[in-house]
Amino acid sequence: MTTSARDWRSHPPLIFPDYKSTALRGPTKPLIPLPETLSERTGPVFGHESLADHDNDLTMNGRVDGEPIGERILVTGRVLGDDGRPIPNTLLEIWQTNAGGRYIHTKDDHDAPFDLNFHGAGRYVTDAAGVYRFTSIKPGAYPWANTANAWRPAHIHFSLFGPSLATRLVTQMYFPNDPLLAVDAIFNAIADPAARDRLVAKFSFDVTEAGFALGYVFDIVLRGRAATPMED
Amino acid sequence: MRRGQTPSQTVGPFFAYAMTPEQYGYAYSGIVGSVLTDADSEGERISLVGQVFDGEGTAIEDAVIEIWQADARGRYAHPADERAANTAFAGFGRMGTGTEPDSRFLFETVKPGAPGDGQAPHISVIVFARGLLSHLYTRVYFSDEGAANAIDPALQSVPEARRKTLIAAREETSSGIVYRFDIHLQGEDETVFFGV
Repeated sequence: MTTSARDWRSHPPLIFPDYKSTALRGPTKPLIPLPETLSERTGPVFGHESLADHDNDLTMNGRVDGEPIGERILVTGRVLGDDGRPIPNTLLEIWQTNAGGRYIHTKDDHDAPFDLNFHGAGRYVTDAAGVYRFTSIKPGAYPWANTANAWRPAHIHFSLFGPSLATRLVTQMYFPNDPLLAVDAIFNAIADPAARDRLVAKFSFDVTEAGFALGYVFDIVLRGRAATPMED
Repeated sequence: MRRGQTPSQTVGPFFAYAMTPEQYGYAYSGIVGSVLTDADSEGERISLVGQVFDGEGTAIEDAVIEIWQADARGRYAHPADERAANTAFAGFGRMGTGTEPDSRFLFETVKPGAPGDGQAPHISVIVFARGLLSHLYTRVYFSDEGAANAIDPALQSVPEARRKTLIAAREETSSGIVYRFDIHLQGEDETVFFGV
């Protein structure tokens, strides 16, 4: 059973001049096609036993002496293959800034306050229907050195494994109606507007919990099973 | 009708407190580290060491490397390998380049066996970094596996002049067997990256 191809119409190029760091880091030679072998059909397996309490609740897992500051959010969605099949039992890792736009990372020198009660990382393993769910704080925008007045739109980093090495994906989820999306070099490195739109979560009243937190839906589509010749 | 794939975005510079927290000293438990072995792992113990260089030859200090490999008998710990139940070796490691001198990565593992499908022994590598909008796949082959390398389909599909970028040099040091594998994102010795 082989995996569908990485669809480079959906993914950004390795060198995108508006995103300055790609200039010296993106490979310049074409990728060499590698027909799938056992090495790519397999991959690391992380199940529910790899989770700790509160791993999917970022409003709880970094507390020291109280609640983190900011707008509480719920982020949920399904992880699917591009063949439409849900991907159960797969690990998601997420990380983000606090409400003020600052990462806990020691190399983040943005002059915004830390939140002692917010770490900003979480994990979850999808259920049998491929569904995940996080509780968190809405991250903030922050400046970066790409141009003189560049700001990253608020985002949550997502890392997923899927069923094999070939389905690995690291991406970022954005929030709807953010004016910074129109000018962000990383987001706009994706040429296809429909593909870009897949990185923007949808606000949802169904997910929103009355009196508690606003809800967002973010479905994630990984490479799925390749079509067999019969299905083509 | 296929669904559109979710696009890749860069891992960015600040992954460490989530992806490699223990390595960087953050108060959060990680799921995996750079030591793949335990006391019971069978096979030849090796270290896999290298650096990731940008187009100016500067070692990158904010890359994160993942490795995936078979055990010493060539078996993968995954349901797609029918022999998976017989291995206790998980075969997955992850390390950021921000803590070791000279921005090195360093894995403690065992030398994998040949997977049994005609391939030479190898370790699959994924590279993430700020400035990489999509992750890169490459492979580590071993300098002391000349006969197997000579008939490995993936390695033989690479133009001969570039094959050396995939072959880690074996060194027998006082602290054990070390394979050196540097990754050049650009330049004359640009590493071969695969379209997996």
